[in-house]
Amino acid sequence: MTDINALDRTWSGTHGDDPWGTLDLRLTDTCLRDGSHHKRHQFTAQECHDIVEALDGSGVPVIEVTHGDGLGGSSFNYGFSKTWEQELIRIAAETAKRAKIAFLMLPGVGTKDDIRAAQDNGGQICRIATHCTEADVSIQHFGLARELGLETVGFLMMSHTQPPEVLAKQARIMVDAGCQCVYVVDSAGALIMEQTADRVSAVVAEIGDVADVGFHGHENLGLGVANTVIAARAGATQIDGSVRRFGAGAGNTPLEAFVGVCDKLGWVTGIDFLQIVDASEDVIKPAMPEECQLDRMTLMMGYAGVYSSFLKHAGNAADRYGVSGAKILLEAGRRKLIGGQEDQLIDIALMLKADQEKEAANS
Amino acid sequence: MAKLTAAIVGPGNIGTDLMYKLLRSEVIEPRWMIGVDPSSEGLKLAAAKGLESTHEGVDWLLKQDELPDLIFEATSAYVHREYAPRYEEAGIRAIDLTPAAVGPAVIPPVNGQEHVAKMNVNMITCGGQATIPMVAAVSRAATVSYAEIVASVSSVSAGPGTRANIDEFTRTTSNGVTEIGGAAEGKAIIILNPAEPPMIMRDTIFCAVPPDADRDAIVQSIVAMEKAVQEYVPGYRLLQEPQIDDPSPATRWQTKVSIFVEVEGAGDYLPPYSGNLDIMTAAATQVGENIARSILSESSEA
Repeated sequence: MTDINALDRTWSGTHGDDPWGTLDLRLTDTCLRDGSHHKRHQFTAQECHDIVEALDGSGVPVIEVTHGDGLGGSSFNYGFSKTWEQELIRIAAETAKRAKIAFLMLPGVGTKDDIRAAQDNGGQICRIATHCTEADVSIQHFGLARELGLETVGFLMMSHTQPPEVLAKQARIMVDAGCQCVYVVDSAGALIMEQTADRVSAVVAEIGDVADVGFHGHENLGLGVANTVIAARAGATQIDGSVRRFGAGAGNTPLEAFVGVCDKLGWVTGIDFLQIVDASEDVIKPAMPEECQLDRMTLMMGYAGVYSSFLKHAGNAADRYGVSGAKILLEAGRRKLIGGQEDQLIDIALMLKADQEKEAANS
Repeated sequence: MAKLTAAIVGPGNIGTDLMYKLLRSEVIEPRWMIGVDPSSEGLKLAAAKGLESTHEGVDWLLKQDELPDLIFEATSAYVHREYAPRYEEAGIRAIDLTPAAVGPAVIPPVNGQEHVAKMNVNMITCGGQATIPMVAAVSRAATVSYAEIVASVSSVSAGPGTRANIDEFTRTTSNGVTEIGGAAEGKAIIILNPAEPPMIMRDTIFCAVPPDADRDAIVQSIVAMEKAVQEYVPGYRLLQEPQIDDPSPATRWQTKVSIFVEVEGAGDYLPPYSGNLDIMTAAATQVGENIARSILSESSEA
């Protein structure tokens, strides 16, 4: 009898020699990077230490640590970090016994110098993110990362905005530049099941013989786990999640839930389900300012296809100018804003305020 | 009036847009367009406009009997760093539109007359030209401890040079924010947005000033700077009143000034959404003309 849950592509299939080479899927937890948005970039050194210790002890093979907007993200535009991200990376690397520490960088925000510093502080995996039509801005950074001996991952952000064949071509640009794994990144939490599978399949078809394919999901339409399962079936062997959804917008694919699902399906992740569930309650929850919620604002992001990290900034602008946060997000979707354009949310709020004042004057 | 001759090196988006502006100049005559790719669209357009066009590169140009007075470099930072010493050796003034930063940086309404005698001047970046005037405007009214600029441009208007050298963009721009803008510390962010129809260039400038800074003076200085830039880029405008936020933990206890601008281009080569090209080439034209006038007035006095 054939096993209907058997995966066509596994991490062990291409990484048998790796110390982690028994895994079917290699999971990355991104609480300490994507969760930085939800935390408004206020992680303390102690929280970083405790979270890494708990994740590492549960068997999470990769832990991502950086400002939410990547290296160099601490700014007026994205929010200043409470603890310098390089310091957080250093603490994480010192704390982890088995897990590799990954860091994110966005060309145009961070620079090559930041990559060098992150490696000096113990970062081992360099994840480089571009909007999913702009992969060529990452070429110089992939070149440097490989030269430095870093493992590389490419992030095609806002993947819902482009058809599978466009993503495949962009993935090829990254791989040619030195990227070893290209992620389909559902930054807005807007992909729906088959749309995820089609995109992952197209990228696997284009680069699967020489590189891994990954999937990074968000919960803005409540589909994080479902999208991730279907992505694995389509050939993604590296998977992102955040324990307790601790991420931007309605949060990421809940890592502990996905681990439980993998156990049920017989997919080896190397992560102990009971330990990661304990970590979620005992360590992650106390570090969260509040749970990541599927509410009016976050649903609007999935519905309008808006970059998840706009959530807190839209909320700030709505409060500051007395306008609807949901309307700010809808307008951000209409303007086709992409990751990084947080500044434009203030412009939108001012425009909505002017409209409100005009209406009030007319009535 | 007599004119100085000029060669444009690099027939890409920037070089071609610049050609149209120099063709209207009263003091500069664009005579050569220099490229390396025979199929370049910019070379064909230049030939049609009567410029001597070649794909044999700068080596060809420097072998000619007649050399230009001015070279406008619109290639890449790496290329300019390599060729800058040879231009100087040949006695040719260079106006560098790459982020190479070989010579001192110039922002026309801030230090436009300062470096007219230098052999090499640098135009920083499009984002720098669009934002540093505003940092300088705040700096002349208050002490700026930190300034940060966010430049959003349409993907189609960012050519291969910009894409391959995005680190040089952020580094050169943030240096300009401090050195010419007058901020103690600077940061630059660039976003390429692929939306269709293409978005008009937008820039946001954030400045941290002391809690007791004179807010009215800051706003007046910003509005005056908008007018000064409009003299050479008519499509440069404030999108909103400058926003001033009280000190809070989120502003690191400084008063935060936020300035939102849009740069609509003149549509010389690429359509008006490419304000990023326009502000660069318009500024380079201004700087080139300042240099040309200074040289021409010296020679008429002699």
